[in-house]
Amino acid sequence: MKTEAKILLGLGTFFGLMCAVYWNWSLENAGGVMMFCGMLLCFIPGSYYWWWSRHMKPRTEDDPNATQAEGAGFIATFPGTSIWPFTLGMGAFFVVLALVFGIWFLVPGLFLVVWALFGGTAEGRRGGQH
Amino acid sequence: MTDLLDPPVQLPPADEVVHGHDHDEHHGPTGILKWLTPTDHKIIGLSYTVTSVIMLIIGGIFAEIIRAQLATPNGTLVSLAQYNELFTMHGSVMIYLFAGPFAFGALANIMVPIQIGAPDMAYPRLNALSYWLYLTGAITMLSGFFTAGGAANFGWVAYAPLSNSVNTPGTGADLWIGGLLLTGFSAIFTGVNLCATIFYLRAPGMTMFRMPIFTWNMLVTAILILLAFPVLTAGLIMLYCDRHFGTHIFSVQGGGVPVLWQHIFWFWGHPEVYILALPFFGMATEILAVFSRKPVFGYKGMVFATLTIAALSLGVWAHHMFTTGVVLLPFFSIMSLLIAVPTGIKIFNWIGTMWRGEIWFSTAMLMAIGFVVTFLIGGLTGIYLASPPLDFFTHDTYFVVAHFHSVVMALVLAAMGGLYYWGPKITGYMLNERIGKLQFWFLFIGTQVFTFPQYALGLDGMPRRIAVYPHDPQWKWLNDWSTFGAILIGISTIFFIVNVAVSWKKYPAGDNPWDAQTLEWFTTSPPPHHNFYRLPPIRSERPTWDYNHPEHRSVAHGAEHAVVHESEPAS
Repeated sequence: MKTEAKILLGLGTFFGLMCAVYWNWSLENAGGVMMFCGMLLCFIPGSYYWWWSRHMKPRTEDDPNATQAEGAGFIATFPGTSIWPFTLGMGAFFVVLALVFGIWFLVPGLFLVVWALFGGTAEGRRGGQH
Repeated sequence: MTDLLDPPVQLPPADEVVHGHDHDEHHGPTGILKWLTPTDHKIIGLSYTVTSVIMLIIGGIFAEIIRAQLATPNGTLVSLAQYNELFTMHGSVMIYLFAGPFAFGALANIMVPIQIGAPDMAYPRLNALSYWLYLTGAITMLSGFFTAGGAANFGWVAYAPLSNSVNTPGTGADLWIGGLLLTGFSAIFTGVNLCATIFYLRAPGMTMFRMPIFTWNMLVTAILILLAFPVLTAGLIMLYCDRHFGTHIFSVQGGGVPVLWQHIFWFWGHPEVYILALPFFGMATEILAVFSRKPVFGYKGMVFATLTIAALSLGVWAHHMFTTGVVLLPFFSIMSLLIAVPTGIKIFNWIGTMWRGEIWFSTAMLMAIGFVVTFLIGGLTGIYLASPPLDFFTHDTYFVVAHFHSVVMALVLAAMGGLYYWGPKITGYMLNERIGKLQFWFLFIGTQVFTFPQYALGLDGMPRRIAVYPHDPQWKWLNDWSTFGAILIGISTIFFIVNVAVSWKKYPAGDNPWDAQTLEWFTTSPPPHHNFYRLPPIRSERPTWDYNHPEHRSVAHGAEHAVVHESEPAS
């Protein structure tokens, strides 16, 4: 987990330096703000990973000498097939069409989005089954 | 540490490794439901592959119409208004709907989990949602052609104030914005998914510095997606508010700043160039190593070059805006020129990978070599453009068009290489090599014939985005050659379609047809649900090679005391 943290913290540090040089030199705000936010976007997860890497149990994927047998067993729960991503996608589609063709597209759009939210949540509670 | 000699550990079937709620998965839904409800990254990735290749063909047809129009100075094939729609949608389809989704939605989606030994992407349902947002975004954007005003026609960059409601009133422009919102969210979700998968689902022993270069590049791409795409989405919402809600963010009349759109757009747009390029760099690296029968030359240098490109990519956006006169020229020039250093490292490493290797000139290898050559041309002309005086001279001319078409055609070559290389793994069947080589030569020669005249035209002052041009014999001659090149590229695409049809389920591939190196070639072709029945010991960045060739194992990365090359003399 340390390498992952170092990548993000390293990128964030570079963005911070670049932001300082650019903002002071150009006095142009749009780019300065965007680079500053880029720095934060690296620092926030990066510092969390750093903190977590010091508190978590060592992982087999970070151990260069780990054998496959050490990592066997439970990995994660993965959902089976699900219709809800499709429902949510179609809902988002209609919501975007409402931006173009008229507000009434929000009716089917929001209906599908809300339906997918309830359906997907219920499916997740049942353990990722249909 | 001699477990390299041990047989791989037999894992129980994947469903039992995973908390077993999906025992019915092997007999999952069939027919249309299989494609509507998948959460398996391989099925979603296949949907992405097919959709994005269709987008490549649609964008290619637009390109052929554009080149046919330009074959004569006063072409009358399309009207001036239609021409504007065509070049806008050609760029939009190729950038937003082909190159990006093909890289991180199609091949990365399928290959990254398998390359690191994961059972699936970290968020399978989010992955499915990404695909549906991409598909509906593509439909939204392209449906502009069926509206009364036609599709968006302000160029793929939608510069303010051309893109405001006065200058571009139609619904086509709104559909373009809406489609881009959807595909933008699709990209962001895929970026989240790739990061989480690579950080949390690697197999035991698969340390970060043993991941294949393709996976490394996809990780960096995913980080760049997360940095860049939200900026574009925010910009699009601002643009929509300007068009419909009477805000004045990008209009001078209300106190706004039109050039702010360019800042926002290119702050996304230049990292986007690397979001497009890095996945294809990764594909080419894999292919060059496998078909040279060597490990990647300078593995760590390659990784750090990729990270350096990512670091610099956030500080180069305004080199697209040199001629606006309001950007800090030296800063952006220096940063853009610096990008040449990590890219140069990559070029040397690719050559080093092939150097004294046993090169197997398969179609995939030819495509990868074609990529290196074409990308070098595009990259070097990019260095000229990073210099403000040269950019002032060539800005918005065909020189710029030729530069980025060299770059993106190199990416298309690598993409085709990726399809020939990984196609057998994804489908279980090989593509025909003879037709493939024919496709390569048409594509490679076509690309050069297509771009070289455009460099000359650009230096001669021909502006981009014009449907008619002055009667100048030399311009006509050069444009004719460029059109001829475009026809060759079109023929190469037809060869690809023919190849898919001819080889359909004809040449079974076996698990490891190329004697390849990385983990995806250890499983079956196509991989089973949840990807692996068993895993080899992972002691270097090429575990499958180590397992298949115990006498030529790689020097391990990271494990100082692990077994190294057997024949190495003791020191």
